[in-house]
Amino acid sequence: MSLRLAWRKSLNVFMLSLTGICVLITVSVLFFILGYLVYNGGKDLSWSFFTHLPAPVGEEGGGMANAILGSLKLLLLAALFGVPIGLLGGVYLAEFGGRTFPFIIRYTADLMNGVPSIVIGIFAYALVVMPMHHFSTLAGGVALGVMVIPTVLRNTESFLVDVPRSLREGAFAMGANKWKMIATVVLPAASRGIMTGVLLALARVAGETAPLLFTAFGNRFWSPGWDQPTSSLPVVIYTYATGPYEDWHKQAWAAGLVLLGMVLVTNILVRAFLTRGTAYERT
Amino acid sequence: MATTPNAATPADIPGPTQTLSRRWGGADDIAHVITLIAAATLVLIAVLLVYQLWILSAEARTKFGWHFFVTDTWDPVAGDFGALPFIYGTLVTSLVALVLAVPLGVGAAIFLAELAPPKLSSSLTFVSDLLAAVPSVIYGLLGVFLLVPVMRTTIQPALKATLGFLPIFKGPSYGIGFLTAGMVLAIMIVPFVLSVSREVLLAIPRDQREAALALGATKWESTWKVVVPAARIGIFGSVFLALARALGETMAVTMVIGNNPKIAASLFSPGYSIAAVLANEFSEATGNLYLSALIELGLVLFLLTFILNGLARLLILVTTARGSGVLPS
Repeated sequence: MSLRLAWRKSLNVFMLSLTGICVLITVSVLFFILGYLVYNGGKDLSWSFFTHLPAPVGEEGGGMANAILGSLKLLLLAALFGVPIGLLGGVYLAEFGGRTFPFIIRYTADLMNGVPSIVIGIFAYALVVMPMHHFSTLAGGVALGVMVIPTVLRNTESFLVDVPRSLREGAFAMGANKWKMIATVVLPAASRGIMTGVLLALARVAGETAPLLFTAFGNRFWSPGWDQPTSSLPVVIYTYATGPYEDWHKQAWAAGLVLLGMVLVTNILVRAFLTRGTAYERT
Repeated sequence: MATTPNAATPADIPGPTQTLSRRWGGADDIAHVITLIAAATLVLIAVLLVYQLWILSAEARTKFGWHFFVTDTWDPVAGDFGALPFIYGTLVTSLVALVLAVPLGVGAAIFLAELAPPKLSSSLTFVSDLLAAVPSVIYGLLGVFLLVPVMRTTIQPALKATLGFLPIFKGPSYGIGFLTAGMVLAIMIVPFVLSVSREVLLAIPRDQREAALALGATKWESTWKVVVPAARIGIFGSVFLALARALGETMAVTMVIGNNPKIAASLFSPGYSIAAVLANEFSEATGNLYLSALIELGLVLFLLTFILNGLARLLILVTTARGSGVLPS
């Protein structure tokens, strides 16, 4: 074996193992984050964390019940506002669209998907907070809803397009008109995929902090109403982690563990169960 | 009870209404219009977003003009605003992130696309997708309590001892600063580089690899000299996409960059970024000019990511289309 060949072969082995190390580093980051959060947050997680209001500054204990409820309310608003628009828009792209307008919509959706979340926060601020003159749960919900739309829309479209022609033609042959065909054949056939997209989009905005800072703002107590500011898990984590108190830091870790747990469990369950098996063969 | 033709549901009622429903096109057209309205709502939101950013930043735009981008004072009390330190901080942290994340992401993508068996590849990609789903405030949390102390006590002194002759590795170690923010960003964007690069690599036809191997190339040579060059435009696309993410990333950066509007050559010094100043000062902005200046920063951020995303999508489209044989290569 010539020296040149030996060099090429060892370079081969070296570089290929280097790519393997890259994967190892990337993958281990997730397990590291998870482990570190469980280690740090687990010990301060108790039942009262889920059922109590935050303790006054300087006092031990307390919980984040208001933040958890606030996050759920914001997600509900985001789903009510964002999912119908995304879903119907996706149906339009897949089933009705002509040529120019769908292109504009697709492009806009991809663009909106890339807009930094803090800019979406400014948008919701201008749209809801400025006319109302105060921060509100509603404004936060609008901000998150705007972020949900493009993901749901593009995802719905891609799953609808994949529904085979034969199913549509079967429906037409049975005498269905177009909207009946869509509502009773195409949408049910793609429902698992669409559901996956909706849940993943909601899981993504569940962890968003930036657009809530000046829309939903924050609240030390239960939010009195939809038109009033509310606390939310991500914002509380931010406030507590950057705050000066040792006890706040502990609470931030616990809240981080809860948030990450919720997001990861949703992701894993959704991907494992909903994408498995569609009503038709995916290509 | 008189029924007007308008009140009847078109599809169900025979007789004179039939002509009306036919002219109207019936339920299909109603469905068409409803879905069209939903789709148009998204476009409306996007237009409204740009319009509001433009209108609400008017005061700062007319007062400062282009000076806004070259002035480095940020003095809310005196009403004097310049965007330079924030633009600088945003660009520097994003560049640091790219320098660290691109080799890592592309390397990992090569392993997953070229070496790993399909089952392993898809499960590892799944882990990487989960990493992309971790909320940014969690990265910030780990950044503040884990990375910042390690940077201060270990990494920054070590860099100073070995590469201290470079101006970017000078100055006191605070732990927080451009370098730390860049490192957190790097971890956050690796999954994006990885998943897009992997897709692009997988789109390169098999026969290209086999031709190289048949000519006696090693696996690495076929990958590095044939597959990666063929996929390079798409890989650039993934880099732009990741850059756009990094520029707009808010929470993790806000928590570790130091929040100090200064321009410094050293990566160890605390700085500020556009997204971070928005997160910190927006809800406390007093006075219209202050708010307007902040919104102009938002506009700048929007335009930056808008351009980068457009470019990235174009590049990825070109490569994957070529790879799948739609366009002649």
